[in-house]
Amino acid sequence: MSLLEVENLTKRFGGVTAVDGCSLSVEAGSITGLIGPNGSGKTTVFNLVTGFIPRDAGEVRFKSKSISGLGPDRIYGLGIGRTFQLARIFPRLTTLENMLVPIRRVGLRGLMARGQWNDEKAKAMDMLEFMEISHVAGLLGGSLSYGQRKLLELAAVMMARPQLVLLDEPAGGINPVLLERIADHIRQLNAQGATFLLVEHNMGFVMNLCNDVVVLHRGQAIARGAPAEVRANPAVLEAYLGA
Amino acid sequence: MRRMSRTGAIKAGALVAGLALALVLPFVAPDPATTNIAVFTVMYVGLATAWNIMGGYTGYISLGHAAFFGFGAYALGLLLSHFGIAAGFQPFFFVPVAGILTAVIAVAIGWIALRTRAATFVIVTIACMFMLQLLAENLVGLTGGGAGLSFPVPRWSGDFFNIPYYFAMLALALVGLALSWWIRGSKFGLGLLAIRDDEDKALAVGVPTRAFKLTAFVISAVLVGMIGAVYGYYVTYIYPQFVIDPLVGISMVLMVFLGGMGTLWGPVLGAVILEPAQLWLAYNFGASRLYLVFYAAVFLVVILLLPRGIIPSVMELLRRRRQHRAEGPTGRASDTHETPRAVPRGAAP
Repeated sequence: MSLLEVENLTKRFGGVTAVDGCSLSVEAGSITGLIGPNGSGKTTVFNLVTGFIPRDAGEVRFKSKSISGLGPDRIYGLGIGRTFQLARIFPRLTTLENMLVPIRRVGLRGLMARGQWNDEKAKAMDMLEFMEISHVAGLLGGSLSYGQRKLLELAAVMMARPQLVLLDEPAGGINPVLLERIADHIRQLNAQGATFLLVEHNMGFVMNLCNDVVVLHRGQAIARGAPAEVRANPAVLEAYLGA
Repeated sequence: MRRMSRTGAIKAGALVAGLALALVLPFVAPDPATTNIAVFTVMYVGLATAWNIMGGYTGYISLGHAAFFGFGAYALGLLLSHFGIAAGFQPFFFVPVAGILTAVIAVAIGWIALRTRAATFVIVTIACMFMLQLLAENLVGLTGGGAGLSFPVPRWSGDFFNIPYYFAMLALALVGLALSWWIRGSKFGLGLLAIRDDEDKALAVGVPTRAFKLTAFVISAVLVGMIGAVYGYYVTYIYPQFVIDPLVGISMVLMVFLGGMGTLWGPVLGAVILEPAQLWLAYNFGASRLYLVFYAAVFLVVILLLPRGIIPSVMELLRRRRQHRAEGPTGRASDTHETPRAVPRGAAP
């Protein structure tokens, strides 16, 4: 079953068509890679799916329901989480507070109640322990190392238990040891039921982690399949190497 | 643990002592010159606290809050004249009505202004303030225009006159502080702080940023409007340039900057330091507006020496000293969950 379906999605920035009638789908339970040369429209697809920028044409469906036109906060509420390139966290909140922001509370009472954090804090600490960064729970986000920020961003986005998580370059700027740890965490979260769609330039990382790969070129999906198939596809080679 | 309870006791003690002092002040020092200073100081405690709920928590700097101050004053003045309310204690009961009317205009202004961010937001708030000032000047049939608007004047004795206004201002300041404290410890407040740090990221993790910002803006404006209403009744006569005064809007911001943006007590501290100093200058150097030079100087000093304000700077100093002590023989004991933080406590207590 397709968890996410993108149909004929189009986005123009002035004269540039960044995403040009792009269609792709993400199967429930998969770790899908979205690859393509620089400027092929990967991050724009992310921004369109998560509602950060309005689309010019096309349709995005999540669990068979249209989510086109909804704002990012609503889309997160429906179960699609995302991370950003270069790890964005809240620098003047502590690590633990960073974890509490994404937790959903329903109704005015939940929003305005003071305290009542105990359960949520316990949950957040469990997740921080899983990511092996619980020792920095009390430190300000801004004082964390880049690698810790990457882990924190992933940990925080998982707090509302999203069914689909869009990761924008999870391997960017990360040393090989930490990279393996992040891949491990993604695999474990996937085993617990989360579906992932990730944009990545590190081919080793993608081929190793993903079980489904979509190739984007000039704003269109030009190939799709298992990593080995995609790697052997002549159209993909041409997109990366050729004119 | 022991330190926690000790600082807790110190805080509670300081709170009770401060509140007691504020309550008995007009009886200990009843001469009108002193109570007059007290009225204005407590007024600015309220204004700075109210401004901080928007500006400090979300990082959206409004330099146009004087619009709500003036609007509240006009709202009460017009209500009193329209319903023919006599001078005395009754007008105070109409202050919340002025607050509700301020909410209406704050929703409208906020709806528009909050489509912008950063410097653009600052400019839009200033523009809205001047628009309101021009409206007050030109809607002569409603506001009296440049001729101003008079409030009924109570026939209280000179010794007593300031005291009801003082307590009205104090009540509003306390409501503001209670709200500020409450919001800071709530999920709503955590969302506001997240917006301050990175608004798009907050949106990405489900914070309904528009609704949150507008709510904080309106809460802040309503408090300022009610304080403006009491002010109008206190000074008994208002006109557009006087009550929708950019300097009022800038003063509350400067006080928050001085005390510490986004902290609970920073605005109080800033107001208690700056307002008496400003009044002292005004009394001693007459209408020379020398206090404007003083304000500019304070602003420069804050920017240069205490860019984060007094309270965050002092907290940082204390944190460093504590860390220094903890790092003695036992090594880096500070690298734990209990590490005191550079920025004062956020939303999660």
